[in-house]
Amino acid sequence: MTAATHRSAEEIGRTAAGPRELPALGEQRAAADLTHVDTVLANGLRVLAVRKPNVPMVEVRMAIPFAGDDPLHSATAEVLAETIATGTRRRDRVAIDTELALIGGDLGTAVDPEHLSVSASSLASGLPTLLDVLADILTEASYVDNEVSREAERLIERLAVARTQPRVIAREALQRHRYGTHPYTREVPEPDDVAQVTPELVRALHADALLPRGSVLVIVGDIDPDAVTGQIERALSAWSSDKAARELPSLPELAGGNLLLVPRTGAVQSQLRLSAQSVSRTDSRYAALQLANLAFGGYFSSRLVENIREDKGYTYGAHSGFEFTGQNATVQVEADTANEVTAAALLETRYELGRLGLVPPTDADVESVRQYAIGSLLIGASSQAGLAAQLLGLAAVGLGAEWLSGHPARIAAVTTDEVAQAALDFFAPSRFTGVVVGDAETLAPQLRSLGGVTVESSES
Amino acid sequence: MAVPELHRLTLDNGLRVVLAPDRTAPVVGVSVHYDVGFRSEPEGRTGFAHLFEHLMFQGSESLEKLAHFRHIQGSGGTFNGSTHPDYTDYFEVLPSAALERALFLEADRMRAPKLTQENLANQIDVVKEEIRLNVLNRPYGGFPWILLPPVLYSTFPNAHNGYGDFTDLEQATLDDCAAFFDTFYAPANAVLTVAGDFELDRARDLIDKHFGDVPARPKPHRPSFAEPRPTSELRDIHTDPHAPLPALAVGYRMPDPVNELDGYLAHLVLSGVLSDGDGSRLQQRLVHREPLVTDINAGAGLFGPFEARDPDTFSVTAVHAPDVSADRVLGALDEELEALASTPPGEQELAKITARWSANLHSEHDRLVSRTLALGAFELLYGDPALAYGVADRIAAVRPEQVAEAAKGLRPDSRAVLVVKPQEGQAQ
Repeated sequence: MTAATHRSAEEIGRTAAGPRELPALGEQRAAADLTHVDTVLANGLRVLAVRKPNVPMVEVRMAIPFAGDDPLHSATAEVLAETIATGTRRRDRVAIDTELALIGGDLGTAVDPEHLSVSASSLASGLPTLLDVLADILTEASYVDNEVSREAERLIERLAVARTQPRVIAREALQRHRYGTHPYTREVPEPDDVAQVTPELVRALHADALLPRGSVLVIVGDIDPDAVTGQIERALSAWSSDKAARELPSLPELAGGNLLLVPRTGAVQSQLRLSAQSVSRTDSRYAALQLANLAFGGYFSSRLVENIREDKGYTYGAHSGFEFTGQNATVQVEADTANEVTAAALLETRYELGRLGLVPPTDADVESVRQYAIGSLLIGASSQAGLAAQLLGLAAVGLGAEWLSGHPARIAAVTTDEVAQAALDFFAPSRFTGVVVGDAETLAPQLRSLGGVTVESSES
Repeated sequence: MAVPELHRLTLDNGLRVVLAPDRTAPVVGVSVHYDVGFRSEPEGRTGFAHLFEHLMFQGSESLEKLAHFRHIQGSGGTFNGSTHPDYTDYFEVLPSAALERALFLEADRMRAPKLTQENLANQIDVVKEEIRLNVLNRPYGGFPWILLPPVLYSTFPNAHNGYGDFTDLEQATLDDCAAFFDTFYAPANAVLTVAGDFELDRARDLIDKHFGDVPARPKPHRPSFAEPRPTSELRDIHTDPHAPLPALAVGYRMPDPVNELDGYLAHLVLSGVLSDGDGSRLQQRLVHREPLVTDINAGAGLFGPFEARDPDTFSVTAVHAPDVSADRVLGALDEELEALASTPPGEQELAKITARWSANLHSEHDRLVSRTLALGAFELLYGDPALAYGVADRIAAVRPEQVAEAAKGLRPDSRAVLVVKPQEGQAQ
């Protein structure tokens, strides 16, 4: 494969001139101001429209609060999300797909315990058609019997696949362990529940819950924000109700406690999932906490990744990040590790959690995460889809483009002391709870010895 | 479609450079594509090209271990690398103030990477965790990119597992790394791409400053990986310990992606006619009308199109209920291909595919990281970065008869069929 003669590794790694100096950073331009409209339509729908004509496309994102406490809610909501675009009074499934395809369009829907989400895009020239299809499915989805029964069948098959994914198993276990039976935990419906969903139930849920008031629509692309707002208002004029879309009940404050060992027989790798209470983006401490999180495990050059991946090789990826749910926020720490090093990886993770507060990030560490946080905002906002995703996340909690453009300044103002305080206040190991999913036979003896992990005697 | 501004140059050491200025956002993308992928790794060293990609992040003459990541992220940027059948790419996207820094970092590891025993051992462990995560510990791991090639292909470069066997990975030596670098990581075997917010003249100066003195080494001979097409249907069965439902992958050979581009694009359009959207032929029939499968997908290239030279794979994958036999799915697929071979698709059917590809390419190019990588890959594989944009028009020019011709070529007596069976009494 290779040259008959080659230099040694040692020879390759040096030159006659020797090591060189890292160039300084140049002058950074700020991102251009966003031309946008942020308004609430007569039907209660908030529309956030931003002009970004990089490419001749439009990106549409919607979040409709869609919580429910009926025992069949999550199953019915999933079937609704799978069938809402399979036919209306005016169009059948193939007609919807054909009209979208001819404008380079796509439209997808998804549901979680908090929201029904719509994600759509097309060539900018096709926007009238895209809005017409969107209005059609929001107001006249027909849920014909054979589409509902076929999609429920497929959903059951997909759920079977999902429940063999370690990350899904770990997520379900974490949700149960953190929040018990709160509706927020019902992210993946039970196949038996899906089997009971009828077209009548789906139609009733649509009529009752799929409402504009309290919902948000973000549109980013090659558009005129003023004109597009009027276009949206006209297209969605038939979508109305006096009731507001239903918000998820508040989550309880998360308390620290033992991790739970969740058995998965024969697994060759384990999932570590830790979680602690945090604060939302509107809290004055958020920017400092964001930087503390980055320094802990929020980017590759973090203490956690440098320790358990780059130094010890325990994992391919370790990560910590925020989960925002309404006005609530938690921080999650995740790593997947080989069985034989799972307990050791947990030990190192706890060590780094404690160390973050006790030996806090230095000025240089804070400067690095500060640049990373500001750069990530710039990079994310540089594409239409990236900007739409950023804005939807903000709009769903009542924030908007002003928060986005003001955040670099907030990050710039954070001091090293504030990061240290946030680390001490929020990253103490005792504040965390969580789960370990893996082969219990291999893991139990070491985790028992380590402590702070509840090991049940028999498999659940 | 108007082609955005593009410039090409070649340094004295043979490094090819693509420059694509675009000042709409204050961010810049930098990538280096090396013309070596996992098809070039030797027998007994499966997974080596990917392992070596990891090592290129572990330090160089001017940079300690971990410094590369810290400098990119500490400048506000993101980075990654990926190993493909025919090339390996390294890339970062950063606020534009960090352009010179990114060029410095790429040049330093092109000139003098620090390859050490300690880092090799550490990254073998990391790669094994990556394989456990993505293949061994999940349902349908490696389906179909690892599982289908050994059925369709008979020569080692095309058939072997590019992630590598653990035993091969563990045997990798520092001397293997040195030989691999000296042979394949020559500047004449690489493409540097810079896209986004920069001034053209300044970028040229900076590139010359940092890459100009990377010593020239010979460009390695690139062997042909051509092999005859199968002369019968080849079948194999894989038992998956985690999969709850059976699945199958069907692999066919395709026209040479580089030298028979129009034929290749006809296959790309065919894949759309077969499985893109609810109105496509296989979705309508097999997911909804009959219905035999939970999901079905047809595609050109096991990692997407424009990622490999010849030979490349056309694949159809499906997950289906246990009471449906693989042969029923295959029978329906063959009927749909025969129908397309005898009656070419309609104009509207093609217009749908054309518009969706046009939109997808716009969206892809709107993401700076994807645009940077596409320009570099098209320079490397096709010698023509503008084709990253021009391919939309070439797709729109595909005629119905060419799609029919492509369908005719996907013959049952010259294909591979991989059946995935759930393991009895499986672990969850």
